[in-house]
Amino acid sequence: MDQLLQHLVNAVVLGGTYALLGIGLTLIFGIMRVVNFTHGELYAFGAYAVYWFVATSGVNFFLAIPLAIAAGLLLGAAVEYLLLRPMRGADIDTTMLVMIGAWIVMQNSEMIVWGGVAKSITTPFPESPLVVGPVSVSWLRLFALGFALLLIAGTYVLINRTKLGKAMRATFQDSDTAALMGVNIRAIHTATFAIGSGLAAAAGALLGPVFLVEPTMGDLASLKAFAIVILGGLGNVTGATIGGFALALVEEMGAGYVSSGYRDAMGFAIIIVVLLIKPTGLFARAERVG
Amino acid sequence: MRRALSYAWLLALFTVPIWLQDQYLLHVAIVTGIFIIAAMSLNLLLGYTGQLSLGHVGFFGIGAYASALAAVGFDVDVFGHTFVHDPWPVPAAFAIGTAVAGLCGYLIGKLSFRVRGAYFVIVTVSFAEVVRIVAVNWVDLTQGPLAVTNIPPFAFALPAIGRYTLYSKVSNYYLVLLVATAAYVTIKRLVGSRIGRAMIALRENEQLAVSVGIDVTRYLVLAAVVSAAMAGAAGSLYAHYIRIVDPDIFVFLYTVTMVIMVITGGKGTLAGPIVGGLIFGFVPVVGRSFASPEVQWILYGGLMILVVFLLPQGITPAVRRLAAARIAPRPNGNLDVLPDASQAGGR
Repeated sequence: MDQLLQHLVNAVVLGGTYALLGIGLTLIFGIMRVVNFTHGELYAFGAYAVYWFVATSGVNFFLAIPLAIAAGLLLGAAVEYLLLRPMRGADIDTTMLVMIGAWIVMQNSEMIVWGGVAKSITTPFPESPLVVGPVSVSWLRLFALGFALLLIAGTYVLINRTKLGKAMRATFQDSDTAALMGVNIRAIHTATFAIGSGLAAAAGALLGPVFLVEPTMGDLASLKAFAIVILGGLGNVTGATIGGFALALVEEMGAGYVSSGYRDAMGFAIIIVVLLIKPTGLFARAERVG
Repeated sequence: MRRALSYAWLLALFTVPIWLQDQYLLHVAIVTGIFIIAAMSLNLLLGYTGQLSLGHVGFFGIGAYASALAAVGFDVDVFGHTFVHDPWPVPAAFAIGTAVAGLCGYLIGKLSFRVRGAYFVIVTVSFAEVVRIVAVNWVDLTQGPLAVTNIPPFAFALPAIGRYTLYSKVSNYYLVLLVATAAYVTIKRLVGSRIGRAMIALRENEQLAVSVGIDVTRYLVLAAVVSAAMAGAAGSLYAHYIRIVDPDIFVFLYTVTMVIMVITGGKGTLAGPIVGGLIFGFVPVVGRSFASPEVQWILYGGLMILVVFLLPQGITPAVRRLAAARIAPRPNGNLDVLPDASQAGGR
C-alpha cells in the first residue's frame, strides 16, 4: 500500500511534464497537421538551455527556466517560419520528411555543441526530500509539478479565453473559413508551432534537472508525446492532459509491478491497444481544440 | 533496349570484385547492398502504396535476430515451458528470418491499416521501439546488450563441390547481389502486375480506387507483408555477414537512412532506392575523411530537406525527365514517372 502511494505520487509528478509535452504536440498536430519530429528535440533543447544558462552563464535557476521556455518559443517560430511556411499545402508525408530532416540536424547540432556526455544541472533545492507519512518527494520534483500545472492552466486560458486562442480554434475547425473571416492563418500557424515548441522546451527544462541531460533524450520524448496525443485524441488539449498523466501512471505502475526494463515500452503498448480499440483516442468527442 | 540496359548494369555490378581490390570498399559495397535491399522494400510501401513505415528497421532487426537465433540455437523458458532449438543450417535460418519478418508485417498491416496516414507512421515507430526494448530485456533469448555472437556465415551444400562457406568478402558480395537482384525482380513484377496497379491507384486516389472495387486493406496488407519479408531478408544477410547482432540494430537512424535513400533516389520508382542507396552508402566513405559523423548527419538532414524542397519526386524522375526532354518531347506512358498527384496538387 505504501509502495502504491509512492508510485502514484511519482506518476503525478512525471505526468505534469508529460502533459506539457503532449499538449504542445497535440496543438501542432491538430491545427497544422504536421507530424512534428522536432518535438523531442525542443524538449532536449529546453533541458540544454537550462544547463547552459545555469552552468555556463551563471543565471539564477528560477530565471533560467522561463528563459529556456522563451528560447524554445523562438526556435519553434524559426523552424515554422523557415521550413513549414514554404511547405504549406504540401501533404502530410512531405512535411513529415522535412521535420525528420530538421530533427536529424538539430540532434546532431546539440551533439556538436554540448558533446555526447550526459550533463547534470545543479539546482538550489535541498537534497533531502519532503517526507509525508510513507511517501517522499524531492522538492525539485514538486517544483516541476507546480510549474507544469501552472503552464497547463496558462495554456487553457490562452486557448479558451483569448482572441489568439479563438483564432486557433477556428483554424482547427476549418482553416479556409477562418481565413475568410479574417484570421491570419500564417500567423496562427507560426504562433501554434511556437507555443507547442515552447511547451516541449518547458517539459525539458523541468525534467532536465530531475534526470540527466543528453543528446538523445529527445527521441523517446517524441515517441512518448505521440503516444499521449493518440491516447487523448488529435488536437484535444484536455485529452492530452489526461493522456500525459495516464501514460505516466501506466509507466510507473508497469515499472513498479511488471518489469522496470519494459518501462518505456508501456507507452507504445498503449498506442497499439488504443488504435485497436478506439483509433480516435480515448477522450475524443469530436475533433476540436479546447 | 531497356532490358538490355538492365543486363548491362547487372553485368557491371557483377565485375565489381574483379577491379575493386580494396577490402574496405568491398565491405562498404556489401553493407550498401544490404541497405539497398531494405530501401527497396521500404519503397514498395512508401513509393507505391503511399504509406510511410518509420519502423522499417523493426522488420530488418527481426529478420536479423530470427535468422541469427535459428542458426545459433537457443533455449528459453516461457511460463515454465522450456523451448530448446538446435542450430539450423544458415539457408534455412535465412528463410525463417524472412518469414518471421513477413508475419510481423502481416500483423502490423492488419492492425494499422484501419487508421493509416500519420497513425500508420506512429504505429510502425512504436512497433520498432517495442521490439528494441524486448531485444534488450529478453536476455534469456537474445542475450540482451551482450549480443548474439558467433553467428555462422552463409554456407551451401553444393552437389559438385560439397560444402561451401561464405567467409570471403567477394562471396558475400555475390550473395548480396543475388538477393538484391531477386528483390528487384520481385518488386518489378509485383508493381507491373494487376496488384501493383491497384496499389498505385490506392496511392493516387483511395476513394476512387475503392469505388471501382479495389479491396484497400487486402492490397495494403499484401504490400506490408512483402515489404517486411524483404526487409527481414536484408536483416538476415546483415546478421550472417557481420556475424554479431545486438539491440542497436533497431536504432531509428537505420530507418531514417532507408527513408533518405528512397526519398532522394525517388520514391515510387524502381531505380530510386538503388540510386539513393549508392549515394548514401558511399558518401560516408568520402565524408569521413573531412567531417565527423555528427557533421555528416547534419549534412544528410539538410540534404533531405533540400531534396524535398527542390526535387520533391527525387533524383531519378528528375534525371529521367531531363533525359526525355533532351531526346524528344514524347508523351509519357510510364506510370512510375508520373508526378505524385497528391504532391503536385498540393503546391
